[in-house]
Amino acid sequence: MEAAGESLRDTELRLGLPGTDAPEKPASTVTRGGKRALPEDDEEGYAKSNKSSSEEEQGEGDLCCQEPPAAKAQVVGWPPIRSYRKNSLHARKVEGEAAGLYVKVSMDGAPYLRKIDLKVYKGYKELREALDDMFKCFSLGEFPRKEGCSGSEYAITYEDKDGDLMLVGDVPWEMFISSCRRLRIMKGSEARGLGSRH
Amino acid sequence: MVGGFRWAAMFPDEVWEHVFSFLPADADRNAAALVCRAWYRIERRSRWRVFVGNCYAVEPAAAVRRFPEVRAAAIKGKPHFADFNLVPSDWGGGAEAWVEAMVEGWPHLEELRLKRMVVSDDCLELIARCFKNFKVLSLVSCEGFSTAGLAAIAANCRNLRELDLHENEVEDNCLHWMSHFPESFASLVTLNIACLEERLVGLLHRVPQLVDLGTGKFAAQHHPELFSKLESAIAGCKNLKSLSGFWEAGPTYLPAIYSVCEGLTSLNLSYATIQGPELIKLISWCKNLQRLWVMDLIEDDGLIAVAASCKLLQELRVFPSDPYGAAQPISLTEHGLVAISAGCPMLHSVLYFCRQMTNAALLTVAKNCPNFTCFRLCIMEPHTPDYITRQPLDAGFSAIVESCKHLRRLSLSGLLTDLVFKSIGASANCLEMLSVAFAGDGDAGLHYILSGCKNLRKLEIRDCPFGDKPLLDNAAKLETMRSLWMSSCSVTLGACRQLARKMPLLNVEVINERKRGLPLELQPDNCPVEKLYIYRTVAGPRSDTPSCVWILR
Repeated sequence: MEAAGESLRDTELRLGLPGTDAPEKPASTVTRGGKRALPEDDEEGYAKSNKSSSEEEQGEGDLCCQEPPAAKAQVVGWPPIRSYRKNSLHARKVEGEAAGLYVKVSMDGAPYLRKIDLKVYKGYKELREALDDMFKCFSLGEFPRKEGCSGSEYAITYEDKDGDLMLVGDVPWEMFISSCRRLRIMKGSEARGLGSRH
Repeated sequence: MVGGFRWAAMFPDEVWEHVFSFLPADADRNAAALVCRAWYRIERRSRWRVFVGNCYAVEPAAAVRRFPEVRAAAIKGKPHFADFNLVPSDWGGGAEAWVEAMVEGWPHLEELRLKRMVVSDDCLELIARCFKNFKVLSLVSCEGFSTAGLAAIAANCRNLRELDLHENEVEDNCLHWMSHFPESFASLVTLNIACLEERLVGLLHRVPQLVDLGTGKFAAQHHPELFSKLESAIAGCKNLKSLSGFWEAGPTYLPAIYSVCEGLTSLNLSYATIQGPELIKLISWCKNLQRLWVMDLIEDDGLIAVAASCKLLQELRVFPSDPYGAAQPISLTEHGLVAISAGCPMLHSVLYFCRQMTNAALLTVAKNCPNFTCFRLCIMEPHTPDYITRQPLDAGFSAIVESCKHLRRLSLSGLLTDLVFKSIGASANCLEMLSVAFAGDGDAGLHYILSGCKNLRKLEIRDCPFGDKPLLDNAAKLETMRSLWMSSCSVTLGACRQLARKMPLLNVEVINERKRGLPLELQPDNCPVEKLYIYRTVAGPRSDTPSCVWILR
């Protein structure tokens, strides 16, 4: 039991420089809950039932507003839900996070389309570079390096969730990837009308 | 009875058998069997349904020998806390010994229900081959088998009426195991495969008489053409009363089941990440619902709508969509529970996961629902007090046990002192199962329970400051119960040794997974016990214990 206590202390969050002894300010998200293997811990636990706990609660509340609950160590088997349910919730989450945002990319004049996962790119620059690479066997000119289609053969456009054809690059990246349904690399001459800003 | 007068001979055996057939509960039949030898003999030959609450309480061969005419058996294996990973995975609960004995002694077995047991494909194949008239297979929270074993069942059990496989860990190595079902499957009435991925539409057309349908994962988002097929397939099941499944497809698919909603008495949406508004719309169609399982995404508003629509509701379970609390807070609070308690006069069973509670709310619920038989409240953060008064929730739970005189099952949570145990011990006269976690101040708490609660059968405790004294003082009580589980409490090895010596009809299992230092036999009496499982048995110590389990004698 003592060993358990020591290893728990190791995983506790602390304020202060590494190497210094931890001040006793309770890391409110860690000491709660099932670390009560020892009876002594219970005394601590029961102190929560009187006034000092209400202050701690409020303090904790403030903390929670400021930052997400950091490293909330999970108690084994709590809350009591079956592994089956836990796994299915977890799988759902992982699926949600890992699910790619695959969109088709067509290029005017190319005999076949490609598919890319928008989630792997960090921004427009990377996207353009990837498309350049993917379609260079078909391209007859350089891809626009900046927004718009000034002076180049091709423009990168996309169809958004409303079905409208939009020029790539106008909106913030995050907004783009959440609304982009497919990409189309258009001949510059057709794309002229889109880039009103340029 | 009156000495000398063999009154049992007043009637032929068949008459007594007929009389016994009216006894509703096993407990009544057990009592009749104790009256005299003749009744014991007659009763055992006419009992056709057997429930074994603990697979280690009796030798399989002994059970089979005593009741030779059994047609339906239900057996439970691992302790309940195994569901929450508190029991080592190799602890035991294997089904082979039972299946082998049943195959030998009950060739006419029609119904088998196993819970929390390790069932191998070999077991399933044995069942499929040997029980010629097999009708019902129910495996809940089991593991150890694969879809290959299920294929054997599907292929051989031509009279299968019910196949219930929910919440098992199944290895999926045989695609299309369901294609082994016969083309014309007129006998199947219950199909619950909520642990597997499978396309059901084809099967549904073959089993239009289905009363109970549980689906696996619905990856229907990528198959839009499936919608109308599904809608007509489900509408074709005119007898459908119970529906459960993974409605991952979201709100667009719910209308596929609107046609059957009015007939539904049981709806399990507890794996469906459907948001409140869609849930409300769906449930408003289900006026005859008696049982509803949902996720907390239903929120208080949803429960208020349920309270308004589902006046026949008897059982409600609300599961957490985000148990580890990282996402946005859900607006499911004590208000939802109170609304249900006020609006549903037939409600008697509740399982409710939430993050906040008040004594006042519990008092209201207790007043509204004196007929509760099962009340399980899980406030997800341990030691959470009444969030308004900051008091422990003793008063609230005490009100529940004092008001609900027929309460058979109770799970506690939140901040609780010994006071709540005093109330439970004194008032919970029908209580059969109690689950306690992170509660109590000291030994007195456990003593109140063990010295009161005269019908207590199962007690499971974790992370409570209960020690040796109440256990030793109430040793005799343990023989009147099915089992006791204690983990992360303050029990020592010495007390366990004493208990084992004193009570030969108990198996005292000490589970120590950490394995430091000396083996358990050489550890001193004051060595703390991590996990303790005590159960009464007439079979003596079992022979299949893994290395982390010691049975003390």
